[in-house]
Amino acid sequence: MKRINTPLDLNKIKSLKAGQEVLLSGSIYTARDQAHKRLVRAIKSRKALPFELKDAVIYYCGPTQTPKGKVIGSCGPTTSSRMDAFAGFILAKGLRGMIGKGSRGLGVKEAIKKYKGIYFITYAGCGALLSKYVKSAKKVAYGDLGPEAILKLEVENFPLIVAIDVNGGSVYGQD
Amino acid sequence: MRELKAEKITQAVMELVKRANFSLGRDVLFALRKAYRTEKNRRAKTILKAILDNAAYAQKENLAICQDTGMPVVFVQVGQDLKIAGNLKAAINKGIEAGYKKYSLRNSICADPLLRGKSGFSPCIMHMDIVSGDKIELTLLPKGFGCENKSQLKMFKPTSGIEEIKQFIIEVVKNAGPDACPPYVIGVGIGGTADYASIMAKKALLTKLSAKHSRLEEDLLKQINKTGIGPMGLGGKTTALALNILTYPTHIAGLPVSVNISCHALRSAGIVL
Repeated sequence: MKRINTPLDLNKIKSLKAGQEVLLSGSIYTARDQAHKRLVRAIKSRKALPFELKDAVIYYCGPTQTPKGKVIGSCGPTTSSRMDAFAGFILAKGLRGMIGKGSRGLGVKEAIKKYKGIYFITYAGCGALLSKYVKSAKKVAYGDLGPEAILKLEVENFPLIVAIDVNGGSVYGQD
Repeated sequence: MRELKAEKITQAVMELVKRANFSLGRDVLFALRKAYRTEKNRRAKTILKAILDNAAYAQKENLAICQDTGMPVVFVQVGQDLKIAGNLKAAINKGIEAGYKKYSLRNSICADPLLRGKSGFSPCIMHMDIVSGDKIELTLLPKGFGCENKSQLKMFKPTSGIEEIKQFIIEVVKNAGPDACPPYVIGVGIGGTADYASIMAKKALLTKLSAKHSRLEEDLLKQINKTGIGPMGLGGKTTALALNILTYPTHIAGLPVSVNISCHALRSAGIVL
């Protein structure tokens, strides 16, 4: 199986095709609904962003509390389509990869083609299992959002399926 | 009259929080294992294996099966001959709050739906019912919102045919598509009022998957599994594990139909005190 590492420069992903399974290692950032709202607000008002977006990967995830003795709690993907309205703005700022679950709207597919991004999905509803691949977790921003704060996760061989590739090919077929 | 201290209810709810979030019911596991055995699609099989591995790992490690530990929904059946010493609703919410904290679950509840703000662990949703006897039955259903978001209600005409209703139910599932963590369990409430049909749809999720199903339920399940959505929406014949219908008398002018979708992580736990 293909293994890739962050940061995800274009060379690492341009040959990946929709449906292909890959294992991702390196740093990824959690962000979901409210964090996206804030990120896009910051982009629009030209404010500083809490982390470097260039070649970065965002994971649509809000983990549980961290149990004692663990690095992270259950941490599976949330429904990606809720982030559709924000994705284009963030891809335009250099974001390379998104990880979530489920389909994306046409606008996201177009933005992926335009900015050469990639959308992955991972095992949905399997948050306990996925926590095994997370080696560390550190709060980066928006701590007041609780489970929706941005965390920097170090992951090792995190299992992914390419859902929309850099050319707009989709695992869900034509939609 | 039998008396029960409210603290006992709080303790019982804490235990339900643990059971429901860390381990899947036997009927759900059985249905998932059967789907894994019978699924022909290679990718669907791989995903079903991951779902089963996840359930085993969650139980072993005391981790939440899913990070979305839901909006806790508690069905309460209070015997009319039982006296509760203390505040019943407060006792239930206290058990939810304490249990979700103790077991490191997720604080997913926004105190204000419009202002949002900092999220907490409670309150839960309670559906109360008075029954005969001197016992109390509590059933917790932590309901994830990926699938709750795909649930729908439609008020049909009283002259609408069964085919129209079946079409609607199938359309709701197709609309959920790959987004709400298939394979699904589908709860349907038919009749009553708009609100009551929706409560029935939610309650229908608690029907044991292994229970005997009606011809209508079986027929709908068959049609849903022909959509080819499959686990994670990546194809296969396992789009839903079961479909359960509850009905109630309704008005001559209407025919409410509510569909509540559950993800494959259909978590619940119950107790009688």
